Amino acid sequence: MVKTFARGGVHPHDNKKWSRHVSVQNAGIPNTVVIPMSQHMGKPADLLVQADDVLTEGMLIGKAAGFFSVNVHSSVAGKVREITEIYLANGMKSQAVVVEVEEGFDPEASSMFLAKENWRTMSDEDIVNRIADMGVAGLGGATFPTHIKYAIKDRNVEYLVVNGVECEPFLTADHRLMLEKSDCIIEGIEISRKVLNADNVIIGIEANKPDAIQSLRDSIIRKNLDFEVVALKTRYPQGDEKQLLKATINREVPSGALPLDIGAVVSNVGTLYAIYEAVVLKKPVIERIVTVSGSILKNPGNFKVRLGTSIRELVDACGGFTEEPVKMIAGGPMMGFSIFDLNAPVTKGVSGILALSERDLKPAGETACISCGRCIHACPMGLSPTTLFKLIDHQDYEKAKQENLLDCKECGCCGFTCPARLPLVQMLRLGKLMLRKKA
Amino acid sequence: MMEGKKNLLMTSSPHLHEGSSTSRIMWTVTACLVPAGAWGVYNFGLTSLWIILVSVGAAVLTEWVITKLLKKEQSISDGSAVLTGLLVSFNMPPSIPAFIPILASVFAIGIVKHTFGGLGRNWMNPALAGRVFAMFSWTGEMTTWSAPVIGAGADAFTGATPLAQGASEFLSKQSYWDLFIGNISGCIGEVSALLLLLGAAYLFIRKIITWQIPLSYAASFLLLVWIFGGTVSGSGYFTGDILFHFLAGGLVLGAFFMATDMVTSPLTSKGMIIYGIGCGLLTFLIRIYGGFPEGVSLGIILMNIFVPLIDRFTKPVKFGNVKEVKNV
Repeated sequence: MVKTFARGGVHPHDNKKWSRHVSVQNAGIPNTVVIPMSQHMGKPADLLVQADDVLTEGMLIGKAAGFFSVNVHSSVAGKVREITEIYLANGMKSQAVVVEVEEGFDPEASSMFLAKENWRTMSDEDIVNRIADMGVAGLGGATFPTHIKYAIKDRNVEYLVVNGVECEPFLTADHRLMLEKSDCIIEGIEISRKVLNADNVIIGIEANKPDAIQSLRDSIIRKNLDFEVVALKTRYPQGDEKQLLKATINREVPSGALPLDIGAVVSNVGTLYAIYEAVVLKKPVIERIVTVSGSILKNPGNFKVRLGTSIRELVDACGGFTEEPVKMIAGGPMMGFSIFDLNAPVTKGVSGILALSERDLKPAGETACISCGRCIHACPMGLSPTTLFKLIDHQDYEKAKQENLLDCKECGCCGFTCPARLPLVQMLRLGKLMLRKKA
Repeated sequence: MMEGKKNLLMTSSPHLHEGSSTSRIMWTVTACLVPAGAWGVYNFGLTSLWIILVSVGAAVLTEWVITKLLKKEQSISDGSAVLTGLLVSFNMPPSIPAFIPILASVFAIGIVKHTFGGLGRNWMNPALAGRVFAMFSWTGEMTTWSAPVIGAGADAFTGATPLAQGASEFLSKQSYWDLFIGNISGCIGEVSALLLLLGAAYLFIRKIITWQIPLSYAASFLLLVWIFGGTVSGSGYFTGDILFHFLAGGLVLGAFFMATDMVTSPLTSKGMIIYGIGCGLLTFLIRIYGGFPEGVSLGIILMNIFVPLIDRFTKPVKFGNVKEVKNV
């Protein structure tokens, strides 16, 4: 039987056909990149440069502001034009460095990052420090600082669970990475396993990616490792770590606890690839794979993108639109953010850029809740979104908290199924915000 | 910096939707009732069509007037008023004077639905409330039956519904097949079990209704009928006529189209099953031991009252509500 998580979840049309067979291409080097200091969960990095400074590729330009923060590096060689404040693709403001790229800058021709570090002789501490130095954050989208996740002190890690699920519709960046860089991902897993001293390694991949499953299995056999690759039944939100752990090791992370509390650490394949690059090649996180997709793009695809490249450049790299998009999204369509400015830069957490038409959005009028119960049925966290919606609508935030509002992780399953088209996720987010404000 | 792209839609995630909508649900249910209604018209003649039209018309007009008076957004296109009106007419005898279904529809929409705030906020099924209102107000008219105008029923039939006649008397003149296809007397929309079940099957396929309520309702009711149904006529336990009680009367219409009304049924699967069993029990008690030959309408309405209570005790259990934390 193919494994999956126990309850809730939805089956959106996966829409991966647009880009699943398109190999990762270089997006090209833009004339200007805009590198924000806030590309991760936690405090923005402290700016280290000023206007007119000359930057080299991979140079540290933002230093982690304390433990819960991440280093930021220059993704290009060039000169700082200005320091400014911009809106990120997720709508937040951030300080950013605008860099004019050096003429003729060609990362392929440069001799940077050709190191071959023998990490097997490094101490665990040195490896974690290297990961922190190179600015690695969770590239699945949450951008949690990896050096914090891997600082497990003396706790026992029974399972390192590798997240190759990529359950968001449209996105194929991880899929392509697993096909094209399986050996590097496996090496990233080996590094992580050593640091975490994990007893077992399980790699979870949804069954709609049989080629990726095969590719990783082949690498594991080549390297003669004992990692297990598990095919999971395709179902959203299986890529959430709580659902993934339920599906792979059949343990529930208790409310308010961390995977580590049930003896597990979850890492995304993109992050593991970045760990490989950071530790082995000493290459900081200055690029990532981005799926640029949608039925209204001329040539959807997967691109290796220098961080700081604008969304507009990526649309151009796809040959532009076949019709004007109604909505554009940074990230996946279930949890991503709608974009209002195509000048926003690609950052560490941007796994996809989607251009959607009216046909994709299937709009309909909002009505009152008809108590169909579909949101409850769809909620993977066992909540009652309709009850929470009404409580928050009546500003009864405390009661909503008692009804487990804080367990909501905004996966969007409720909103996806709601026939009344109520803004359930938005309302629950508001409720959480009000509770935070009160606290 | 360059100008951003204008006029992009900015809304919160999720950005995709499965495609369902309230109005699509209402119109689909309405469409699934049309064959059974058409059979009613075919079976009882054009007066039935007239009853259907005035019921729907009165419901829609009431909806329009009330939303107008309350300065609310027009809500006729969501289909719920049409559906309520249609269900009111389905629960009327074919020869009823037109003012009764009209008043029943006005009561259903005006009192039951809108005094509580309109769509989604009524705690009782409006159409059933309309029927019960008519039943208690004009009991005579509501229990006067006209004969089918076609088929075997026209010859064999004396006037009473199969349930009023009782199984043995009915089966001495007509067959289960007549019950199944609807060659019998009864309310306009309830007679053709066949066409109602076909409509319900489509609702299952479209996932507009789920198995919990119809199955638990029908199964609990039929189980009780099988065990105790025969005792009334003196033939002892475990002799109740399940097939007769499933096909005769309003059970199919009630279990598949009215007890499943989303607004007035519980939210969770567990709650739906409890509610369905409650409907089955009450329908059984009223039909077998009560003063009415029917029982479906009152059974469902009484269970509607318990829905908030059922919801309170069948809340979903949240994820991560595990007692033991391993490996701490």
